[in-house]
Amino acid sequence: MLEDTRVVSLDRLNDTTYSLTLRAPKIAAAARAGQLAHVTCPGFLLRRPFGICDADAAEGTIRVCFEVRGDGTEALAKVNAGDVLSVNGAVGHGFEDIKGRRVLFVGGGIGIFPLLYAARFAGVATAALCFRDKSRVVLAPDFAKVCKEIFLATDDGSLGFHGYAADLVNELIATHEYDCVCVCGPKIMMKTVSEVALGAGLDCYVSLEERMGCGVGACLACVCQTMLGQKRVCIDGPVFDAKEVRWDA
Amino acid sequence: MKLAVNFAGVELKNPIATASGTCGFGMEYLPYYKASELGAVTLKALSIRPKAGNAVVRIAETPSGMLNSIGLQNPGVDSFLENKLEFVKNLGTKIIANIAGESMEDYEAVAEKLNVDGIDMIELNISCPNVSDGGLAFGTNPKIVEEITSRIKKKTEKPLIVKLSPNVTDITEIARAAESGGADALSLINTLMGMRIDAHTRRPVLSRGSGGLSGPAVKPVALHMISAVHRAVDLPLLGMGGIMTGRDAAEFLIAGATAVAIGTAAFADPKAPVRILGELREFMAAEGVEDVNDLIGTLKFN
Ligand SMILES: Cc1cc2nc3c(=O)[nH]c(=O)nc-3n(C[C@H](O)[C@H](O)[C@H](O)COP(=O)(O)OP(=O)(O)OC[C@H]3O[C@@H](n4cnc5c(N)ncnc54)[C@H](O)[C@@H]3O)c2cc1C
Ligand SMILES: Cc1cc2nc3c(=O)[nH]c(=O)nc-3n(C[C@H](O)[C@H](O)[C@H](O)COP(=O)(O)O)c2cc1C
Ligand code: FES
Repeated sequence: MLEDTRVVSLDRLNDTTYSLTLRAPKIAAAARAGQLAHVTCPGFLLRRPFGICDADAAEGTIRVCFEVRGDGTEALAKVNAGDVLSVNGAVGHGFEDIKGRRVLFVGGGIGIFPLLYAARFAGVATAALCFRDKSRVVLAPDFAKVCKEIFLATDDGSLGFHGYAADLVNELIATHEYDCVCVCGPKIMMKTVSEVALGAGLDCYVSLEERMGCGVGACLACVCQTMLGQKRVCIDGPVFDAKEVRWDA
Repeated sequence: MKLAVNFAGVELKNPIATASGTCGFGMEYLPYYKASELGAVTLKALSIRPKAGNAVVRIAETPSGMLNSIGLQNPGVDSFLENKLEFVKNLGTKIIANIAGESMEDYEAVAEKLNVDGIDMIELNISCPNVSDGGLAFGTNPKIVEEITSRIKKKTEKPLIVKLSPNVTDITEIARAAESGGADALSLINTLMGMRIDAHTRRPVLSRGSGGLSGPAVKPVALHMISAVHRAVDLPLLGMGGIMTGRDAAEFLIAGATAVAIGTAAFADPKAPVRILGELREFMAAEGVEDVNDLIGTLKFN
């Protein structure tokens, strides 16, 4: 649904990453785990998709966290409290099968953001958060609040587990009990982690990324390849059953 | 206030339609507005066989516009007839089916299959820049335009709109060719060929290299071409290209369009078509125009 939201606050998490809180009572009440917000960036024609990082129905707010990648996110990093931003949300099919289950959430870089809100829906949540290096680590305290356990990993070993997400997940699965694994991050990470999870007989869901036009399923800009044919990331996803994704395509 | 227009014999309740390829088969925008509020809905291009379309990246924003290279992805006309026609029939508005092909025979076959209840008009897409066969290759040669128009005209029982490409030296020559071929109406403009380059990677942003430019950036080109074509032929026009507001829509009508289609605007604002209709009403009220027909083709040059 479309809502004219008002900027409550914009906080800087590190040199390129921001947390944006918006007054959006309708979207906050409707948002489910892993859905996205399609946000108008001031001065740009097309909306930009972001995972809903958190939603508070009582407060009537939603939160998106984003990294400055190009012109649109740069403009978004300059909004002020009180500004009005049109948001279409909560869009798409998220992590729909996690209620009451023991879920391992695996996030890489900007992929960690939608997992924070999703963790609230799990029976028991564990988070494995992977970053390039120590300086990129964000939101760890927020995850610690909603998860039973959190594990940090860095590619260069400057903090936490030294190595790739798939290796960490392999270890965690061998030593802990989970019902399913939910992954969001770079494609190569989602592919390797889902191979580990599926190999261990766990359900695995991945949140895919593709460039979007309409964000409502009409323009076919955002297609991905699955065993069931071409799907639209914006409304058939962004979350798909890892068994159905064709990574090679 | 009178908003109804007669477009090539088809009564539209108002002159606002959606543009092909930007609203699927009318289903996805249901949560945002009622199609029955609009004059017409134009469907995504239909081809004889299903089409997978191009590889992603298929879209890129550009200054005041966007490029797309969807590549006519569609389920094919048979699947449409079986699975979507019933839904489309009940949208409560006029339905324009957009047809695409790689050969004249393809186009003929699709047109023939669409001689069914629930389809009100056919829009012949000979102007898609995003496929290697057919599409634009047909739409840039006046002889071929005349031939394909007359061949489709023989196969279809519906009023035939020929959709013109702006990627030509003289669009009025193509418009005249379509008129000689027996077109009942023309629509313009399809997208303009364009490219975005990532200077860092030294690669085009779109996987296919180039794509079709749409949105506000193309509006002046569209207005110029509609005005020229309106003066060159005696056919009703469906105008499109960067319409974002009711005032934009009024400009297209004044330039000579009998009705207008909204495309890219709906990506920025999913409610754009109905918002634009409301704004057109407000514009007419402010200007003291009682009948929308009193705007059409009223551009003054002196
Ligand atoms: C389902 C989904 C969820 C996302 N969640 C988040 C999130 O929570 N936090 C976050 O920081 N980022 C997220 N992204 C990525 C984010 O949408 C892009 O980084 C952003 O659109 C870049 O915009 P820009 O104008 O700064 O970049 P530019 O490169 O200037 O953008 C040009 C165009 O490309 C699109 N684009 C560029 N990169 C991407 C990308 N990686 N994915 C999709 N579209 C892209 C833009 O939307 C825009 O239309 C998500 C993407 C998707 C598809
Ligand atoms: C994503 C996208 C897909 C399109 N697909 C088609 C199509 O299938 N057939 C067609 O005739 N035109 C297609 N078009 C062109 C539009 O119908 C329209 O002519 C053009 O976009 C100009 O209008 P606009 O600026 O309002 O979008 C497409 C345009 C876009 C942006
Ligand atoms: S963004 Fe248009 S179909 Fe997904």
